[in-house]
Formats: sequence, C-alpha cells, structure tokens
Amino acid sequence: MPTEKQPQPTEQKTDRVTVRKTYKLYIGGAFPRSESGRSYPVHSPSGELLAHAAQASRKDLRDAVVAARAAFAGWSGATAYNRGQILYRIAEMMEGRHAQFTAEVRAAEGVSEARAAAQVDAAIDRWVWYAGWTDKFAQVAGGSNPVAGPYFNFSLPEPAGVVGIVAPQDESLVGFVSVVAPVIATGNTAVVLASSDRPLPAVSLAEALATSDLPGGVLNLLTGSVAELAPWLAGHRDVNCLDLTGVVPAERVALAEAAAENVKRVYSPSGFDAAADPGTSRLTAFTETKTVWHPMGV
Amino acid sequence: MTEIEKSPAGFAYAPAPESAAIARLRPSYGIFVNGEFRAGRGEAVKTVNPATEEPLAEVAEASEADVDDAVAAARAAFAGWSALPGSARAKYLFRIARAIQERGRELAVLESLDNGKPIRESRDVDVPTAAAHFFYYAGWADKLGYAGFGPNPRPIGVAGQVIPWNFPLLMAAWKIAPALATGNTVVLKPAETTPLTALVLAEIIAECDLPPGVVNVLPGGPSVGQALVEHRGVDKVAFTGSTAVGKQIQRSVAASGKRLSLELGGKAANIVFSDAPLDQAVEGIVNGIFFNQGHVCCAGSRLLVQESIHDEVVASLRDRLATLRLGDPLDKNTDIGAINSAAQLARIRELSDSGEAEGADRWSPVCPLPEKGFWFPPTLFTGVSQANRIAREEIFGPVLSVLTFRTPSEAVEKANNTPYGLSAGIWTEKGSRILWMANRLRAGVVWANTFNRFDPASPFGGYKESGFGREGGRHGLEAYLAH
Amino acid sequence: MSATLPAPPARQAAVADTTDPTGDDSSLRRFLHGLPGVDQVGAEARAATLATRSIKTTAKAWAIDTAISMVDLTTLEGADTPGKVRSLCSKAMRPDPSDASVPAAAAVCVYPDLVETAVTALKGSKVAVASVATAFPSGRASLATKLVDVAEAVAAGADEIDMVIDRGAFLSGRYGQVYDEIVAVKEACGTAHLKVILETGELATLDNVRQASWLALLAGGDFIKTSTGKVNPAARPPVALVMLQAVRDFAARTGQVRGVKLAGGIRSSKEAVRYLVMVNEVAGDRWLHPDTFRFGASSLLNDLLLQRHKLRTGAYDGPDYVTLD
Repeated sequence: MPTEKQPQPTEQKTDRVTVRKTYKLYIGGAFPRSESGRSYPVHSPSGELLAHAAQASRKDLRDAVVAARAAFAGWSGATAYNRGQILYRIAEMMEGRHAQFTAEVRAAEGVSEARAAAQVDAAIDRWVWYAGWTDKFAQVAGGSNPVAGPYFNFSLPEPAGVVGIVAPQDESLVGFVSVVAPVIATGNTAVVLASSDRPLPAVSLAEALATSDLPGGVLNLLTGSVAELAPWLAGHRDVNCLDLTGVVPAERVALAEAAAENVKRVYSPSGFDAAADPGTSRLTAFTETKTVWHPMGV
Repeated sequence: MTEIEKSPAGFAYAPAPESAAIARLRPSYGIFVNGEFRAGRGEAVKTVNPATEEPLAEVAEASEADVDDAVAAARAAFAGWSALPGSARAKYLFRIARAIQERGRELAVLESLDNGKPIRESRDVDVPTAAAHFFYYAGWADKLGYAGFGPNPRPIGVAGQVIPWNFPLLMAAWKIAPALATGNTVVLKPAETTPLTALVLAEIIAECDLPPGVVNVLPGGPSVGQALVEHRGVDKVAFTGSTAVGKQIQRSVAASGKRLSLELGGKAANIVFSDAPLDQAVEGIVNGIFFNQGHVCCAGSRLLVQESIHDEVVASLRDRLATLRLGDPLDKNTDIGAINSAAQLARIRELSDSGEAEGADRWSPVCPLPEKGFWFPPTLFTGVSQANRIAREEIFGPVLSVLTFRTPSEAVEKANNTPYGLSAGIWTEKGSRILWMANRLRAGVVWANTFNRFDPASPFGGYKESGFGREGGRHGLEAYLAH
Repeated sequence: MSATLPAPPARQAAVADTTDPTGDDSSLRRFLHGLPGVDQVGAEARAATLATRSIKTTAKAWAIDTAISMVDLTTLEGADTPGKVRSLCSKAMRPDPSDASVPAAAAVCVYPDLVETAVTALKGSKVAVASVATAFPSGRASLATKLVDVAEAVAAGADEIDMVIDRGAFLSGRYGQVYDEIVAVKEACGTAHLKVILETGELATLDNVRQASWLALLAGGDFIKTSTGKVNPAARPPVALVMLQAVRDFAARTGQVRGVKLAGGIRSSKEAVRYLVMVNEVAGDRWLHPDTFRFGASSLLNDLLLQRHKLRTGAYDGPDYVTLD
C-alpha cells in the first residue's frame, strides 16, 4: 500500500498505525535490497511521497543476469503446458490482489479509481492472453517445410535466452505486463528495468510472481535509474535480446549500438499502445527458428 | 472383490483400494438443460458398475421432447455466446479446466466406478487430459484469427455431440472445449452405460457460471442420439463411436447442410522391426492393446512383428503379460479393469472364439477372474493371418493378434490393408525408416517408438472408415468454424 | 543376437572369433553394439508407471524388512576412523537397539584399510564385510596398483569387493581393456564375491548402461552396481530398470543368476520400496533377496527404521528415535 499522508485531525478515522512496505528488488526469486545500499524517493504525479524504492546498481544487474541465465535451462525445458499453467496462476494471484493493484496504480499514476481498476483488469487479461499462447505458438510459427527431396524438414521456434527489457515509463502495470508476459511465455528468462518514476506496481507484481510457482530467476526486476542501468543491460554479453520499448527514441541509438557487441536481437517498436491488440510480434521477436532435416528412407 | 495376487512368492501387493465414497454418488441424476438439472422425461435407467454388476445410480434419460428443449436452449444461447469477446469465452473455459483439476480425484473415482477402468488410468490419464483439453482450447478462444482460418473465423451454431463409453469424461472434454472456444453452443449425449462424469461436468459448468443453454447434457440411449443428430435445429454433428453407427449418421445427415465430423473404429497395426528398442517395444505393444482394456479406437490390436524376431518378442510378451494385474478397478495397483458391459463382453468372446476356430493359437496368462462383473483376461493370438476375423474386425477388448512381415514394404502393405485408418505404431531405432514408414502409412496418427500418447495440442483422427475430422491442436478448430 | 555366450571367462587369444564375443576388442564391440537399444523416454515412462504402485500394510512391512536386510551400510569418507567403523558395524548387526526383530543389514562397506577393523567388529555375525578397491572412486591408476588394492582388502578378510570400471576406457571404446581388468580383479578376489561399479552417472546414456552391464557380466562380475556415490547422478529408476533387465536376460541366456546393487542418493524408504517393486516386476522373485540385490546406503537405514516404527505404532517419528550409528 502506498504510504499514507500524515493524518489530519479532522480526517482521522482510526488510531491504527499502518505497517509500511519496503520496496526491494526481485532477483533469483528473492527480494534483496540493492547491493549498493541505495534507495530513491518515488512520488505520485502530484508530488506526494509514496515510498523509497531500491536503486539498483550495475552489480545488481550483473547478479540478475546470472540468475536469469541459471533459470533458463529449466524454464525453457518445461513443457509449454506447464508454462501456460504458471502464467494462468499469475493471473489468478493478480485477480486476488485486484484492490491492492488498483490502489497502487491510482497512487502511482494519479488517475481515478475507475481508470486504475480498468488498467488492472487489462493487465490481468493480458496475462491470461499470453498464458493461452504458450502451447500454441509453435503451431502458428512453426511447421513442416515441403523440401524437394526425400527429407523430412521442420522448423520450430525456440526461446533465445536471456532478454533485457526496459519497461514502458507510463502505464505502470499493464505496460509492464505487456512487455514481460510474451517474453517468458515463449520460455525466455528476463531482466526488466521498471519505469524509474513509477516502479511500485511492478514490485507488487513481483510479489504475485513469487507466489505463482514461477521458478526463481525467470523474471528479475530492477528498480532505479533506467538511464544509469540501461547501458549496462545493453552492453552485457550474456544477454541475448534487448527490448527498448521504455526508452525514448532519441536515447535508443547508443543502446542499440552497445547491443551490437554480441549481436543481440534488438526489439525497438515505434510506439507503445497498451490498448492495442498485441499481435504476435513480441512473441516472434525473442524466439529463434531452428530447422531440422532428416532423410526418409528404409 | 477378491484380492488378486500376481507374484507367486515374496512380494504380494496388499490391497490398496481407493475409497468409492470420494465419488459422492447420488441415488439419482437428472438431465442438464438450459443451465438446470431436472428429471428427464424418458426412461429411468440404472447405470451399473461393470466390476460388480451393482447399480450405481438411477438416471432419468432424455425424451424426444427433452431433445427439443435442449436444442432450443442451445439455439437461444448461441447469439449471446458467439457475440462474447473471445477473451470472455476463454476465461469461462479456463475456469472449467481449473475446476476439473480441483475435483480431479472425485471425477477419477466416479469414472472408474461407472466405466470399469483402473483408477490409476482415470487418475493419471483421463482426468488430467480432460482438464488439459479445456485449458488448451481456452487459449484459442481469443486467438482464432491466428489459427490459419482467416482473420475473423465464425462459429457454426448449435453442435449436437454424441460420445462413447470408453473415455466418458475425456470424450466430453474433446467435444465441448473446441466447440465452446469457437463460439458454438452444445447439446451432448453421453453413452448409455457411462453418463455420470458428463453430468458432474455439467455441474462444474454450472458452477463456473456459464450462461444457461451454452452446454446441455442429455443422457440416454441410441434413440436419443438419433433424435439429436437428426434434429433440424442442430447445425453441426460430432460423433465418436463405432463405424457402423457412424455410417448411419452420415447417411441420415447426408446433404442436409449439417456439418459432420466422425471419429470411428480402428484396427491399428503396431509394427516392430528387428532393430527396435525391444524392451520399450514390448511396453508399447502391451500399452497399445491392454491400456483401457483395449477399449480404445486407436488400440494397437494387430502386432506386425518382423519375422526374424517373432519368437523372441512373443516370449517377452508372454513374460510381460504375466505381470499384469487384473481386478478391482478401484485398487491402485490394478492394470486391467472390467469390460464395460455384458454386450461388449459377449462380442469380445465371440470374436476370440472365432480366432481359435479359424486356426490361430490362443494364449492368456494365468489370470483368476472375479466372480461378479464383466471380465476378460489379456489374450494373445499367434499364427494369425490377414484373412482371419480377428485380424480384420475391431474387437475393442484386450486381445492382441500377432502377424509377421519380412520387409518394410510388406509391413506397410499389411498395415494399410484394412478399411480402417486411425493409427499405427512403428518401432525401430532407425530414424529414416520411421519417417519413410510414416509417410506411407494410411493412418491419421502415427506413433514412433511410443504408443497411445494423447495431448490436446496434437490432432487426432482417422483416414478412411475410421472417420474424418481432427480433434486436438490447431486443426481441431476447423470442425467448429463456418466455411 | 547370434553370438553364443562363454562360460566364466578366460579371454581367448588374438584371433578374431566371431562366435565368441569376448574373443577380442572388435568382437566384443560388435556384441555390445548389437544389443537392442534403449529408448530413453520409454524407459523413463516404464519406471514412472512402476512408481505408481501403492504398497501398503502387510506388503509395506515386508518390503521395509526386506530392504533393511539388503542394505550394505556404508562409510567411505576420508575422515573414517576405526571408531567410526566399529560404530557402523554395531548398527549393521542391530539397527534398532530397542527392537531385536529388526533384521540385520547385509553388509558393511568400507575402504580397504579399515577392513580389518570391520572384520573384528562383525565377528560371529552374519553381516558381511565389503571393501571398495581398484583406486575407488575414480579408478585412475595402473592395473598393478589396482590389483594390490584388491589383494590387501582380500587378505584383511573382505568377503566382497566393490571395484570400479575404467570409465575412460569404456567411453573411448577400449572394451577389451575394461573386460581384462574385471577378469583380473575377479581372479584376485579369490573366494570373495565381486561387485562391478559402472558409475552410471558418468556413462550418461542408458545404451551405455546396458552395454557396460553386459560387459561386466560377461567378464564374471557377481554383481553389477550403479555408482560410487561420489558422482551425481547416482542410482536412478531408469538406470536400475536397464540393469535389472540385463541380469534377467543374462540369466535367461546362461542360467547364471547375477545380482544388482543400487548405490548413491537413495535416502527414503519410499524410493527403496519402489525399487523393490521394480525388481519384482522387471526381474522377478529370484532377485528379491540379499544374495542378488543390495542397496548401498547410509541414511536410508534410518528412514527404513522410522517407517517401520510408523507401521507398528501408527505415529510419525523423528530423528531422535533412531541412532546416529
């Protein structure tokens, strides 16, 4: 819950002192503080102090990539059905926390309760949408190829590996879900930089992930300064792909150049519209196509 | 129920019964129309436990008037259901999937009581696969534009669905899930001898708050099925059952404008080459014909073994059959349960007797049968030829016919030499040969170095007189989408 | 398979003899590579189905007692001392000080230099002394060194020798060398019986497990054993399945009944009972006996005792109710 204002005597309804949440990073399934010990204040659009969030360092990022890599074999090796079940479970956990997320989004974005609730609905529905893709994507993106010879030839989409993601700066919940869900649905693992200004809903979402049977390390969340962290993510040679959705176009050039060091697959969409049909481009962007040949003969 | 001991000395497994009370049997079950349970206006029939011949419950069957009501309810619900966004239909189907998982144990025990199959199979195969089918098709409901049927595929309308007794709950899931995902509404008739799990599924569907009329369940016999498939208000017919009845249905809907899909019988060849991984091949042969007491349309009922390894394979098979445990379906250690009905048992016996009469050699392991109930021991016929009835006709029981072949081409010829074409098995370590054979086998499902694997993502259906249309996978949507 | 199998082997000389698979390296290779392959997915599936057997009440009680009588109670640590070994031997003879009806373990298993201590401690009991040997666990030493290792253990009174095969030789196709070493060790064993550790975790594939099993049986091993316990993965159900099939098929071909020992990573009664089910249904009754089947374990024994208590008293126990050793 966002921190309450100092109660005014005329508004005071209760004497109960609330327990305020500490917002930490989510790495390898655990919630550590930044190794740097830093934190930074997070404010609502109207200037109200909401909380202090952990300010991740490049070492936290390094640790997150290690965790993501370690989790990749297990997550990509799980059956698509199993991944679908887990993503659906995440939706179940989010639905259970609907009121909490609505309050968080409202405070983070300064919108009305109705609009915040609608965003939460959209975020949950988007998880459900992606939960239903896990065991179908291969049927849409793969198939057998009728080559001219006595060979059986088929192509399959496979997850690329560790994906570095810069989440949208504005839609703090549905934007976050929109960039993260397609990446892990296809079996990739992720290191995500939350919106610098509006990180708190993402941290609460990480709490839901931690209770959804999602293995630790599949999704790792860093809060802090995107400007400070993004270059480290873009240049990290054990990161296979980069999603620049949350980076303003002018700042993408340097990051894309750094990504070329290990030939990362860079996804750089022109805009982001949470309400639009997501399509399949975020699924195909982070998968590799493997084509296999085998002779057919007695 | 007598305790079946298979190992002669040492390790005799004590009885490990699952409790029948978990099934929460009620004395009577009604029909499910327009979101409500009520008494059917047809005959009241007792459904029986085939392992004991004891009655389980009374089921008031549907009458023709009930069929009219159900089709009308499905028609009335169609406009709203098909207009819902796919994401809403998806969420209903996800609810059903999760509810089946939650009530999994109850459904498994009920299935074993009503059908006679071992609890291990209901628990480990039937129920989880049924839930998985709903889970899989839930995800297609809002992605139909990506399925390869055009940008905005539309449903057909009201689907009349008739299912068999061999996998009652699973067959209900195979029918209902894709129909609903694509926006159709459904009237389902479960088999006469196994109505109960379909009715509990109806209860689950009601608890998931599906709009009334989207799914209707009418227990009853062949006349109810006939009334349903011939009903003017039904736009699409889906039938799984015997080839004989399938042909009747095809005749009766001929040129009526009704869409039709059929999943009928089979006489699958399980082909074992001399370089097969032999121990796993033996498992595959055994699983292929004795899983579900052989009550499987795609059962590997003909073993085509390469002549050079015939004796070795038959000897291994006999050893393996001697370890199969036949008995109380609710015992967790039972491998082979009861035959579903007296009628089916009579048919199995008749065909097996014909096998002996036509000169094949019959063998069964020592297998004490319980006194009450419908039972048939696992049976092996060697020296079978293509012309024998037991090599041509579907027995639908735990009876394996063994034939031989010399070359891959001969194996293909023999495997294809049947009006059926549902499935086939290939056992060899050589990948090229698997693909060469798979290319030439006229069967809708080819299993290589495995058998009887089912997955909601994998299309299933036959060639030739085994029917047409596919269930499962992206292909399984086609039958429920308008052309 | 058209090759006939030899009697307990003395390896033939250089001439390639196509009817004797042990005649030379290449006929050994032809024989081993000619064995049917193992489909890994199918083997795992069979093991998983066998694991669904529900063993309760009287069957469970029998299985627990049988498993206890099949335990080779083991200590193979650098820090082992005579005191530790004596304590282990007491436990092997009388696993539960509060209950004399508990069967004794089959054997204790120790390093060669502690054999003498074990022999003394177990005098008068039926518990055998098994010793590892042949540069256990790696097997990386000269044959001469390995044979001295065996000889010393035998001289100190070991009843059973657990040797390791040379996995490097096996994986590089030098089957003849592996075979010769086993034959030599068997000879050095004298009357002691020989268990051949395949180190299945290093062999990696089930096809290799099948081939190594046959190799060890042809060379005269009395038992084939999965692991040293020092490498992960150690004993696993599909591996046990393949090894049980090997001794079953070997017995069918030659009439000789050889044994299987599963070692490494078996800690719970549940696993032990599952393995007995597998022995029962895959190999048969003849192998449900300590002279043909063993568990190499240390903490398993205590879990068996806890389960035994639960069956008798109806209550779940804790570690305070079984002795450390």
